[in-house]
Amino acid sequence: MMDYIWAFLVGGSICMIAQILMDKTNLTPARILVYFVTAGVILGAIGVYEPLVKLGKAGATVPLPGFGYSLAKGAIREVEKYGLIGAFTGGVKATSAGIAAAVFFGYIMALLFNPKTKN
Amino acid sequence: MAEKKMGLHTIKLKNPPSILSTATIVGPKEGEGPLKDYFDIVLEDDLFGEKSWEKAESKMLREAVRLAMNKINLSPDQVDYFFAGDLLNQIISSSFAARELGIPFFGLYGACSTLTEAMSLAAMMVDGGFADITIAATSSHFSSAERQFRFPLEHGNQRPPTSQWTVTGAGAVVLGREGKGPYVTYITTGRVVDFGIKDANNMGAAMAPAAADTILRHLKDTGFTAADYDLIMTGDLAKIGREIAADIIKQNGYDITTKFTDAGIEIFDLTTQDVHSGGSGCGCSASVFGGYIYKQLINGNLNRIMIISTGALLSPTSTQQGESIPGIAHAITIERSLEK
Amino acid sequence: MEKRKENEIKNIYQQMVQKKVPQSSLIKDAIFAFVVGGLICDVGQFFMNLFLSFGISKDDVGYYVATVMVFLGAFLTGLGVYDNIGKYAGAGSIVPITGFANSIVSPAMEYKREGYIFGVGSKMFVIAGPILVYGISSSIIVGIIYYLVKVLAR
Repeated sequence: MMDYIWAFLVGGSICMIAQILMDKTNLTPARILVYFVTAGVILGAIGVYEPLVKLGKAGATVPLPGFGYSLAKGAIREVEKYGLIGAFTGGVKATSAGIAAAVFFGYIMALLFNPKTKN
Repeated sequence: MAEKKMGLHTIKLKNPPSILSTATIVGPKEGEGPLKDYFDIVLEDDLFGEKSWEKAESKMLREAVRLAMNKINLSPDQVDYFFAGDLLNQIISSSFAARELGIPFFGLYGACSTLTEAMSLAAMMVDGGFADITIAATSSHFSSAERQFRFPLEHGNQRPPTSQWTVTGAGAVVLGREGKGPYVTYITTGRVVDFGIKDANNMGAAMAPAAADTILRHLKDTGFTAADYDLIMTGDLAKIGREIAADIIKQNGYDITTKFTDAGIEIFDLTTQDVHSGGSGCGCSASVFGGYIYKQLINGNLNRIMIISTGALLSPTSTQQGESIPGIAHAITIERSLEK
Repeated sequence: MEKRKENEIKNIYQQMVQKKVPQSSLIKDAIFAFVVGGLICDVGQFFMNLFLSFGISKDDVGYYVATVMVFLGAFLTGLGVYDNIGKYAGAGSIVPITGFANSIVSPAMEYKREGYIFGVGSKMFVIAGPILVYGISSSIIVGIIYYLVKVLAR
């Protein structure tokens, strides 16, 4: 049960920070996502994000900074294993499921559904 | 000085053309708004039986023109010129409608100001003796504009409170040398005005200075005041833009507040229809004028009005390159009868 | 001189506009984002616990969760539900990985009418492309720096 409470609090807070930034600065969603992913990479690299993942679990990995964290963690892990080439293979490997799923399901959904007008 | 010119940028038509008929077609959301009973056709589905929204928009424009002609038993051969514009790249709604209609065509781009731009030129054409009958028409479509200027429809973003809702609608106005009115009597053509607003989600504020500029020049050129008009309607500054324009005009010594409304405010119920600041798009002033206002002129509720369509002349490219948003507004005066 | 006067007028006007512009209701928006974002993460947590109970290792469970969440985001987008959630939740549904899926699926659907290659295939990344570009590139930089630090420390 504690899992869910922490996931809710950590994940909700990350989203709330993004919302406040969007309201206050007129940043578009796409820009927010770019900043958050990059922030996730940097925070992941310097080890700040790790405790958040320990605490919030899915609350820290499901939001986009978690995607950045996985990229950074993957790059570092592969550098450890394979040297310099790991910098290029590690990030995408660690996030491959999410990226491939998004591309594949994106295509499938486009085949199946048509966009609807808003009311 | 040219004999029909008055003051700086206004002309007084010597042979005022009469509005012979209008026709309007709007989408489902507009058909739930406060003006729903005034439109000729309210679509149940905004695809209008077509495969894409662009095709639907062009069809709306084309059918509005056909309907306006049918109402007075006019065939396309009897129309001398067709002036039209819309919001889509290369004004495809208008040119593709003109492809079917077979009337000599002038394609215009003035963003949301296109209705009065088209009506100005169509009226001058008749007044100048170059044509017996001309048609002015414009269209816009929420879904085709949304994908061109903003986000895909299914994208889960939020609209800021200053944003406007593009009207799905088309309107056509037939002008003729002979008719029983209402008549287009004065035309004040707008300048491009830019006060440095960069927020594409606040187009009302970007266009308000242009609207104020044109209204003020019109009043100075003609010597009229708000008292000479029953209604002064911009299209579409929406709620925020209207307030700003009214303030600027007041600061310059004219108080038009009581006569002043905006097509973007009239077409939707701002409290229940979730359109934020109000409507926008070429189809907004076209459907509000062609549907609601024209009928008020015919049945005598209004005698003398000024319509000022306002356009924000931005493109997604100019916004991304950090340009501010230039605005433009064209004013025309319409009178129910000519005795005065 | 002319230019300066022009800028002055623009400044005055922009201040005038600022006063007229209604503010987004920050507190309401923030609460919605917090609650919806938190709930989406709880859905993720549910699947994480579920897969862990199937005996999937802690290292691999992320792959499963990401795939399922992306599918959910994509499917809700296809059904036309996700944009309605987004209208209220804002960042609450944009920032989770389901929002990343939404940003890929929504243009893919939208541009279907321009064909499957240049419509669906290329427009798919109009919103999400930059996320991958900046995310992947910065992770490569992180990897290189890590490598250099490791070499120098030796």
